[in-house]
Amino acid sequence: MGVFLNKDSKVIVQGITGGTARFHTKQMLEYGTQIVGGVTPKKGGTEVEGVPVFNTLQEAVDKTGATVSVIYVPAPFAADAIIEAVDAELELAICITEHIPVLDMVKVKRYMEGKKTRLVGPNCPGVITADECKVGIMPGYIHKKGHIGVVSRSGTLTYEAVHQLSQAGYGQTSAVGIGGDPVNGTNFIDVLEAFNADPETEAVVMIGEIGGTAEEEAAEWIKANMTKPVVGFIGGATAPPGKRMGHAGAIISGGKGTAEEKVRVMEECGIAVAKSPAVIGETMINVLKEKGLDEKCKTH
Amino acid sequence: MNIHEYQGKQVLREFGVKVPNGYVAYTVDEAVEAAKSLGTTVNVVKAQIHAGGRGKAGGVKVAKNLDEVRTYAEEILGKTLVTHQTGPEGKEVKRLLIEEGCDIKKEYYVGVVLDRATSRVVMMASEEGGTEIEEVAAETPEKIFKEVIDPIVGLAPYQARRLAFNINIPNELIGKAVKFMTALYEAFVSKDCSIAEINPLVTTGDGEVLALDAKLNFDDNALYRHPDIMELRDLDEEDEKEIEASKYDLSYVALDGNIGCMVNGAGLAMSTMDIIKFTGGEPANFLDVGGGATAEKVTEAFKIILSDSNVKGIFVNIFGGIMKCDVIAEGVVEATKQVGLELPLVVRLEGTNVDLGKKILNESGLNIISADSMADGAQKIVSMVK
Repeated sequence: MGVFLNKDSKVIVQGITGGTARFHTKQMLEYGTQIVGGVTPKKGGTEVEGVPVFNTLQEAVDKTGATVSVIYVPAPFAADAIIEAVDAELELAICITEHIPVLDMVKVKRYMEGKKTRLVGPNCPGVITADECKVGIMPGYIHKKGHIGVVSRSGTLTYEAVHQLSQAGYGQTSAVGIGGDPVNGTNFIDVLEAFNADPETEAVVMIGEIGGTAEEEAAEWIKANMTKPVVGFIGGATAPPGKRMGHAGAIISGGKGTAEEKVRVMEECGIAVAKSPAVIGETMINVLKEKGLDEKCKTH
Repeated sequence: MNIHEYQGKQVLREFGVKVPNGYVAYTVDEAVEAAKSLGTTVNVVKAQIHAGGRGKAGGVKVAKNLDEVRTYAEEILGKTLVTHQTGPEGKEVKRLLIEEGCDIKKEYYVGVVLDRATSRVVMMASEEGGTEIEEVAAETPEKIFKEVIDPIVGLAPYQARRLAFNINIPNELIGKAVKFMTALYEAFVSKDCSIAEINPLVTTGDGEVLALDAKLNFDDNALYRHPDIMELRDLDEEDEKEIEASKYDLSYVALDGNIGCMVNGAGLAMSTMDIIKFTGGEPANFLDVGGGATAEKVTEAFKIILSDSNVKGIFVNIFGGIMKCDVIAEGVVEATKQVGLELPLVVRLEGTNVDLGKKILNESGLNIISADSMADGAQKIVSMVK
């Protein structure tokens, strides 16, 4: 099981002929993901890694029956690629692209209202359901199949958490990177809701960072709705105010969006927050033991 | 990206936002000439630096004649202003804005920002102009009014009217205030601003609605489509190491500690700073080499870290996803060959091509201390710089 993706998911790569997309198409195929087609305008009829390339996404969907796309299109054209995915009525579009102008995303989000497609990202590592389907750029080998769900605003910090869990013997259902931009598609609450409903997931790691109030909103939601334990971490406790820390969304402005405030709200809502990024796995294991879930979640 | 007030006013003028007449001056003589061509009796001499709080720091003076313009220009040009936004070292004034004085009736606040919670652009307005909006928000939040703007419709005239009425703009000036707000929103979206703040917006004795100050910030990710805005960049206002880093698409923020950090991914880079601090050390910088870094980029990143004389040790923390560990390793080896390395260097590698990366480091003959985990690496580097 897991969320958003499984072994039957059929995936199209938008922008498949670019360097990064080629490399990761190969990696995803090796992981076992069903990449059934790619799209690059004017490259229709060619192949990448044995995958057929189409000129338009609609054509790719019509010919392959895909329901998921992953977007590696360069930033100036990425908003258009997302809208193309929405108009092709895909179930899920995962946008890896970084540096999309934020006002482009404001328009895209407005356009998506009432439409069928779920957007994950942009500026995210993608989604993986362990041992079934990897769509994005994360290193596949660190993930082990199991019962922990992971959701995060940061790519490398997701790998860090997954790695700690796997090393300690605790596998994952899915890991979802929601991205580091101030305007994104799927938010923490959407993913938590999905993990809450997933019968295989027993507990969730939620990794946030400075900027905005998404973690606080998620914490309130968890307190009111979540039936499974959640462990948290917030990156950027030592970040200076007013400086953008790599991610477009990671900025403390006007005294808002500090790690301190996020941790406070999360703890108030019953979330065990790891004090250091090195103990995310450890914090989860302690919680599992407390809740009597340890035996079930220890998978290898 | 930030720009100066005079540049911001020029951008706003193009969109029909009403601003006082004024000219930029780089020298005292230019300042006097500017005042002459304005032809007004009262002029304002304003220091142009990328920071707020200039007035309180003595960077804004009202001159009643040309002699006073000269006196104030002499006083302010070259002066180092210390405000709550400059840090203790302050910023040297290299440019002045010479602007016509105006007869202020009342000061207001109008700002346009992105609201992350709604994923929309929001216009905010308040009757409490002249003070910082954060202060107003903390003390009298009921005095701030907001309109959430639909990107397809834009700022609807009724929304601008509602804002103007809410902040008690006099009836006879409502029309001008609506025009002002509409033009401000147009400027914001047309130029991909991230902030457009008018504080204060003023009504004047001769019945005008004017932007007395203007703070415009732009979305770095959209600068590629605004070459005119990119030309307004003032490198004097930026940290040298940050400028160097931006040439190589490296995300770098200077801090004041002594442990240089090189990390991939923004979240991991922030957390690396955090763990250094938890372990008892002080990070010298935030540096995200990004996903698509080449060995050349890594080399440049390394040089930038080493150019900071406060740095007493370096911690490289890599979890390869897009980024391959061997590329990082090659970059580290290349950089140390080019610049020499006398400082302790701790490297933690994990992820894509990790074994190859470790092999390159081991065979380099360099004095590199390897770490098994992030915590291990932080402990090692902190103990070595102490």
